[in-house]
Amino acid sequence: MTKKITPYRVLIAKPGLDGHDRGAKFIARALRDDGFEVIYTGIRRTPEEIAAAAIQEDVSAIGLSSLSGAHLRLFPAVVEALKKAHCHDIPVLGGGVIPDEDKEELKKAGISQVFTPGTPLEEILEAFRSACRNHRAEQP
Amino acid sequence: MKKNDYFKNWRDNELAKSLARFPERREKFISHGGREIPRLALPHEVDENYMENLGFPGSYPYTRGVQPTMYRGRLWTMRQYAGFSSAAESNKRYRYLLEQGTTGLSVAFDLPTQIGYDSDDSMSIGEVGKVGVAIDSLADMEILFEQIPLDSVSTSMTINSPAIVLLAMYVAVAEKQGVSPEKLKGTIQNDILKEYVARGTYIFPPKPSLRLITNIFQWCSKHTPAFNTISISGYHIREAGSTAVQEVAFTLANGITYVQAALDAGLELDVFARRLAFFFNASSDLLEEIAKFRAARRLWARIMKERFKAQKPSSWMLRFHTQTAGNTLTAQQIDNNIVRVTLQALAAVFGGTQSLHTNSRDEALSLPTEDSVRTALRTQQIIAHESGVANTVDPLAGSYFIEELTSQIEKEAEELIDKIDKSGGVVAAIEEGFIQRQIENAAYDYQREIESGERLIVGVNSFQIEEKSKPATLRVDPEIEQFQVENLARLKKKRNSENVSLALDDLNQAAQNDTNLFPYVLNAVKEYATLGEICNVLRKVFGEYR
Repeated sequence: MTKKITPYRVLIAKPGLDGHDRGAKFIARALRDDGFEVIYTGIRRTPEEIAAAAIQEDVSAIGLSSLSGAHLRLFPAVVEALKKAHCHDIPVLGGGVIPDEDKEELKKAGISQVFTPGTPLEEILEAFRSACRNHRAEQP
Repeated sequence: MKKNDYFKNWRDNELAKSLARFPERREKFISHGGREIPRLALPHEVDENYMENLGFPGSYPYTRGVQPTMYRGRLWTMRQYAGFSSAAESNKRYRYLLEQGTTGLSVAFDLPTQIGYDSDDSMSIGEVGKVGVAIDSLADMEILFEQIPLDSVSTSMTINSPAIVLLAMYVAVAEKQGVSPEKLKGTIQNDILKEYVARGTYIFPPKPSLRLITNIFQWCSKHTPAFNTISISGYHIREAGSTAVQEVAFTLANGITYVQAALDAGLELDVFARRLAFFFNASSDLLEEIAKFRAARRLWARIMKERFKAQKPSSWMLRFHTQTAGNTLTAQQIDNNIVRVTLQALAAVFGGTQSLHTNSRDEALSLPTEDSVRTALRTQQIIAHESGVANTVDPLAGSYFIEELTSQIEKEAEELIDKIDKSGGVVAAIEEGFIQRQIENAAYDYQREIESGERLIVGVNSFQIEEKSKPATLRVDPEIEQFQVENLARLKKKRNSENVSLALDDLNQAAQNDTNLFPYVLNAVKEYATLGEICNVLRKVFGEYR
C-alpha cells in the first residue's frame, strides 16, 4: 500500500515596492508544475506581511524576489520578522538582480540560497525541494 | 489617377513642406563607395494597393514613418533613461550625459516617488534612491534641474500614478528658471493602465486615475502645447513577457481607452490627440521587431481615422520612443549584451523610432556604471553616423518578408483588440484578469523554451564559460535614505505650514468635485507640500487599488 504524500507548501513573495514579478510568477508556476502547493503574495508586501502569511499558511519555505536593489534591507527584514514570531525555522530563499558580492551578506543574514539571473530552473526547484525536506524533517 | 500622380502629390505637398521647415542634414548622402543614396526607394509601380498599405513617409497610413524625410532631416533623439540616489547625484549624471552628446533627458524616479510615498514613509524602507532619483518636494526637483536649461532640453519623465504632481513640480521649476510653460518640451509617461497589468506602480483605482490623466491632457493643451501628455507604453508589457503582437494590441487598446476617456470628459479630439506619444520595446528578434513598429504605426493611424474620425493628420500619427529589451540582458558574459543592444537598437531605427534609449551591458547585475552608459550611447551614435541606415527612409519597405510580417502582426493585433472591445474594454479585461493571464502565459512559455534548450541564449544555456573576474557594479550609497529623511524634516520646519495646509485643503475639496486638479496640485507643490502629502489627500478621496 502506498502512503499518500502531502505536497510541500511554499510562499513566493515580493517584498518592497518593486513591481517586476515576471520571475516570481514563473517560479511560482514552475513549482506548482513540480507538485508544490504555492501561495503567491502579489507585489508590494512588507516583510511583516510576508512573515505573517508564511506562518498562517504553514509553509515549509519562502522564496523572495526583488529586482530593485533593495534586497540587502528587505530580505533580512523577513528573516527578522520570522524570528520575532519564533518561526525562523522556515527557510528563506531569495532571487533577483543581486550582485555577486551581496550573496555572502545575505547568507549571513539567514537567506539560505540566493539565485541570480540565468540560474537554471532545475537548480532552483532542487533548492526548494531540499529546503522543504529539511524543514519537514525537523518538525515534531 | 496615374501612378506618378501619387508621387508628385506627395513631393509637392508633404515633402516640400517638410523640406522648407526642416532642411535635410546634408545636401547629399553619399555611401562609402561614393554612391549617392536616394531619399526614398519606391516600387516600380506606385499603385492603389501600395498607397493603401504603405503610402509615403509622413502620410497616411504612416507605415513608412511619420516624417517625409525621417532621419535625413533629423536623427532620432538619443535619450538615455537615468537617475539614482539624490537629486544632486542625478543632476551630475544628466550633465555628464548632455556633455557626451545625449540629446534629451529621461528621468528615472525611485519607487517611493513613483508610488506617491515620501522617503520617510515606512513603505519606502530600502527603496529610497535605488532605481531612480528620490523626489519628495519641489526642493528636490529644483536641485535635479540645476543648470539645465529647460527651454532647450526636452525631458521625459517616467511617472504614472502621481504624474500630475511631478509635472506640476517641473512647471514650477521652469517658472523659477524664467521659462514659461508653453516653452516646455518633453513627455510624461502618465500611462496608468499598463501599471495594473505589468509595471505595478499604481496607487488609485482605474476611474480616478483616468480622471487625473484627462485633467493633465486638458491643462496641458492650454498651457504646455509642446509637451507630450502621455506615453502609452508597450515596453513594460513586453518586459513582463508578452509577445510582439500582444505588445501592440494591449498598448493600442490602452490608447483607445485614453482617447475615449478624454472624449467623455469633453476634450476635443484633434487638440489632445497630437500630444499622445507611444513607447515600445525593441527585443532581439530583429525582423519581427521591425515589422512590429511598422504595423503599430499603420494600425493606430487606421484606428484614429476610421474609428475615432480624427480629422488632422497629426492625430493619426503614432510617434514613439523605444528602449532596448532589459529582459534579454544576461548576467553571464556581459559584453555580449552590447551586441544584443546593437541589434535591438537597429530594429528600432529600421522601425522608424523618434527617440531611443539603449540599455547598458551591466544592467542584469545592477544600475549601470558611467562607462557602460557611455558605450550604450556610443552604440546609437555608431548606428546614426557610421552604419548608413539613417541616410534613406524605411529601407526595408517592400521586402516580401517584412511586408508580410507587418500585415500579419497588424491583423493579429487587431483581432486581439476586437476581443478586448467585445469583452467590455480594457478596464474590464484588467479587472477580469484577461490581459494579465495572456502576458503570464506568454512569459511562461518563453522561459520554458529556454529551460528546455529549445531556445538558445548565448552564455546562459549555451556557449557558457567559467567567468573569473567580476565586473565593477554601481552601488547606490545606502546613506541616501537618511539624507532624504533629514532634508525632509528640515523642509517641513522651514516652509509656511499654514499655506501648506490651506493648499492641501483646497486640493481635497477640488478632488471631491469634478474640477480640474492641476491648478490645485501646482499651488500645493509651490508651497512645498510633499509628494506624499499630496498623494495622501488623493488616497483619502479616491481610495487605493487592491
